[in-house]
Amino acid sequence: MSEKEEDDDENGSGERCYPAESKNREGSICVIPERCKGCGFCIEFCPVQALEASEDTTEKGYRPPKMTGDCVLCGKCEKVCPEFAIYLKEKEEDEERGEWI
Amino acid sequence: MMEPGTYFMEGNTACAEGAIAAGCRFFAGYPITPASEILERICERFPEVHGSYLQMEDELASIASILGASWAGRKAMTATSGPGFSLMMENYGLGLMTETPCVIVNVMRGGPSTGLPTMVAQGDVNQTRWGTHGDVGVVVYAPSSPQELFDYTIKAFNTAEKYRLPVVILSDEMVSHMTEKVEVPPKDEIEIVDRKKPEDPPEEYLPYRPDEDLVPPMANAGDGYSVHVTGLTHDEKGHPSVDEKTQSVLVTRLIDKIRKNADDILEYEEYKVEDADTMIVAYGSVYRAAIEAVDMAREKGYKVGLLRPLTIWPFPEERIYDLAREGIDSFLVAEINFGQIVYEVERCTGGASDTYLAPRMGGTIHTPEEIVDRIEAIDRGEIPAFKE
Amino acid sequence: MSIRKSRDWFSPDYMEQKSKKEGTYGLHPLDNYLRKDRIPHIWCPGCGLGIILNSYLRALKNSDIAPEDTAVVSGIGCSGRAAGYVDVDSFHVTHGRAIPFATGLKVGNKDLVTTVFSGDGDLFAIGGNHFIHAARRNVDFNVICVNNFNYGMTGGQAGPTTPQGAKTSTTPWGGFEQPFNLPAVAAGSGAVYVARWTTYHVEKLIESFEEALNKQGFCFIEVLSPCPTGYGRKVGLKTGKETMKYYKENSEIKPDADPSEVALDPEDPESKIIVGNFVDREAPTYQDERGKVFGEARKKMEVDG
Repeated sequence: MSEKEEDDDENGSGERCYPAESKNREGSICVIPERCKGCGFCIEFCPVQALEASEDTTEKGYRPPKMTGDCVLCGKCEKVCPEFAIYLKEKEEDEERGEWI
Repeated sequence: MMEPGTYFMEGNTACAEGAIAAGCRFFAGYPITPASEILERICERFPEVHGSYLQMEDELASIASILGASWAGRKAMTATSGPGFSLMMENYGLGLMTETPCVIVNVMRGGPSTGLPTMVAQGDVNQTRWGTHGDVGVVVYAPSSPQELFDYTIKAFNTAEKYRLPVVILSDEMVSHMTEKVEVPPKDEIEIVDRKKPEDPPEEYLPYRPDEDLVPPMANAGDGYSVHVTGLTHDEKGHPSVDEKTQSVLVTRLIDKIRKNADDILEYEEYKVEDADTMIVAYGSVYRAAIEAVDMAREKGYKVGLLRPLTIWPFPEERIYDLAREGIDSFLVAEINFGQIVYEVERCTGGASDTYLAPRMGGTIHTPEEIVDRIEAIDRGEIPAFKE
Repeated sequence: MSIRKSRDWFSPDYMEQKSKKEGTYGLHPLDNYLRKDRIPHIWCPGCGLGIILNSYLRALKNSDIAPEDTAVVSGIGCSGRAAGYVDVDSFHVTHGRAIPFATGLKVGNKDLVTTVFSGDGDLFAIGGNHFIHAARRNVDFNVICVNNFNYGMTGGQAGPTTPQGAKTSTTPWGGFEQPFNLPAVAAGSGAVYVARWTTYHVEKLIESFEEALNKQGFCFIEVLSPCPTGYGRKVGLKTGKETMKYYKENSEIKPDADPSEVALDPEDPESKIIVGNFVDREAPTYQDERGKVFGEARKKMEVDG
C-alpha cells in the first residue's frame, strides 16, 4: 500500500491530514500526533485496514497512525480513539469551519 | 418564614425556623437523637416555602448532597449528632477545600460511640476544629438557648455565604430540647447575606481567584461559567495541581481566610469582668449554670466573672491572653467533657494565669452550686491547676 | 456582568469565549467540549476511559443540550478524573459520594442535565448504598459506571466486580469473592434505564448515552473498559488492544436479556459478555412524586403552589 500524501500543516498545530475519497464524499483523516499514545485501536478496528503505524515516533515515543490504504471515511477511527487524536474532516465541514479559523 | 411574634418554642424547632428565615431551601438529613426534630420541622414546613427536603440513606449522603445543592445555588443545611458528625468528617473537609457554603448542625450528646443518645454532653468541640484530616480554618457557633439557636442559625448561613465554607452550629441536647420564649422579628429586620457573584465575564473568571478579603466570588452550576470543583489541591482555575507550591498557596489562604477575618467573625460575651480575679469560661448549656454561679459566688465575696465564647472557633485567643495579664489569676473552664477548650484557654494564658477544669462526663449539666464549690476549692488551694 | 447563555456548543459566541480562555480554536470536533489545556489526559495508553469520554461528548453533541445546562460529577479513581476534562460545570468529589452530591445538585437545580461518571469501586463498593437509594428514588440523572474490574488508580486492587479467581494486587492467590452483576443491582434497585456495553461497541454506546441523556429518571449504563496497567496484564490481556479484541470476540448483543441473567463469568469459556439495553421503562421521577405530594400539601395549607 502506498503512503498517502499529507496536506500542508495549515494551522501550525503539527496535525497531519490524509485526504481520502469514497463514493461521492471527499474529506481527510487528520491525526494530532502529540496526543497519540500508540494504543493501536484505530489501526486494529479500521474496517478496511487503511491505517498503519508510522515509522517515526512522537516526542513521547509513540507511533501515530498514517494512512496507507483506501479509507472509506466511515469515522470509526475517530470514535474508537481514546485520545481525541484522530478525526474525520469532511470537505463541506471544512469549508463551513473555514469561517471560524 | 414564621409570622413575627413571640413564641414558646423548642430549641430544635427554633433552629429549623431560623434556617427558613435565613433562606435555607435545601435540607438533607438522617434521623438521629437528639437532632431529629430539626428534620421533622423542616419537612413539615418546606412544602410551604418551596424548599427541598431529602431524607438521605446516611449522614455521608446527607452532607454530600448539601454540598451539591449549594453548588446548585441553594442555601443548604444538615443536622446530626456525634455519631453522624463523625461520619461527615471527610465531606466536611471537602466543603472546606472546595469553599462550599452550607450549615451543619451538631446537637452534641454523650459519647464516645453510641454513648448517651438522649443526654447532654460537649464532647465534640475539638472535633469540629481537628476532626477532618489536613489543615483547615473553621467557624463554629455555640448557642445557649432556643432564641440563640434561631438567631445563630441565621448568622451561620450569613457567615457561610460570606466566607464560603461549611459553618457548624454546635448545639447540645439540653439547648436543643429546652422550650423557651423565642422572639421572631419581622422579615425586613433580619440581615441576610448572599454569596458574592462573579463580576468577570466567563472567559476571564477564575473560580478560585480570591478578592482582597481572601474569598473568591462563587459562580453556581448552571450560571454558564463552567467551573471545575475538586477536592484535590487546585490552582485558581480549579484544576488539580498536585504540587507543593500550589498546596502552600491554597491551604494557607483557606486558613488565613478565617484567621485574617477573625475580627469580623469572632464573637464572645463577658459578664462582670471588670473587677474579677477568677474567670469562668463556659459555652452552650453550661453557660446557663455558669452565669448563675457568677452571682452566687459574688454573694459569697468571690470576685468572679464569666467569658462565654459564642464562636468556639475562631477562639477568643487574644482576649484570654489580655485578661490573663490584666488581673485574672485563674480561669475555670466548665465543660461537659474531660477537657476540650481548656487546652485552648491554658495555651492562650501563656502561663500568666492558672487554668482549672470543672469537668463532667456527660448526662447532665453542671449545677451552679457545683461551680461555686469548685471556685471555693480553688481558692483554698485544694484543686491542682489543669495540666495534661 | 455577562453570563453565557448560548444555546449551541458551536455558536460563534461560545467558540470565541472558549478560544480566549484556552488560546486556540479546537482541532478535533469534540475539542469544544474539552478543557483543552488538560489534554492529553492522564489515562494510560490502551485505557478505555478516553473512548467512553469521547462517546459521552459525542452523545452530548448529538443531544443538543446547552453547555450551561450540563453538569458532570465524578468520584475518586481514574474514572473520577473524567470530570476534570469536560468543559462544563464539573465536580470531582470524595470517594463514593458522587451520587449523593449529584442528587443535591439536581434537586437543587432541576434544569441541570447531570451525569455521574465514575468507576466500579467508587460506585458499588464505598458508594453502593448511595447507588441503590438513588435508583430507588428514581432521581433524574445518569450514572455511567466504567467497569474495569479493579481499583486502577491505586495500583490494581480487587473490587466488587473483580471476577472470582482473578489475581489482583490484593488477591495474589486468586480472588474468592463473588462479584456483583451490575445490571441486576441497578434494575433491582429501581433504575428505569439499564444498559451494558463495552468500549468496543462505540456506536451503540453513543446511542445509549443519548437515550439516557434524553430520558427522565435514573439511568444506568455499565461500560466494560480495558485497564491493561492495573488489571489486564495480570489476567492475560496485556494491552488495551487485546482487551478490545476480547470484547469483540466474546460479546453477544441481547437487548431483551433479563438483567438477573447477565452475570459475567470469564472462567467459563462458553459464557458470553451479554450487552444491550436491558431495561427502558417509564416511571415517575423523584421530583414528579414530590411535586404531587407537596402540591397537595400546599393546597391544604391554602398557600399558592
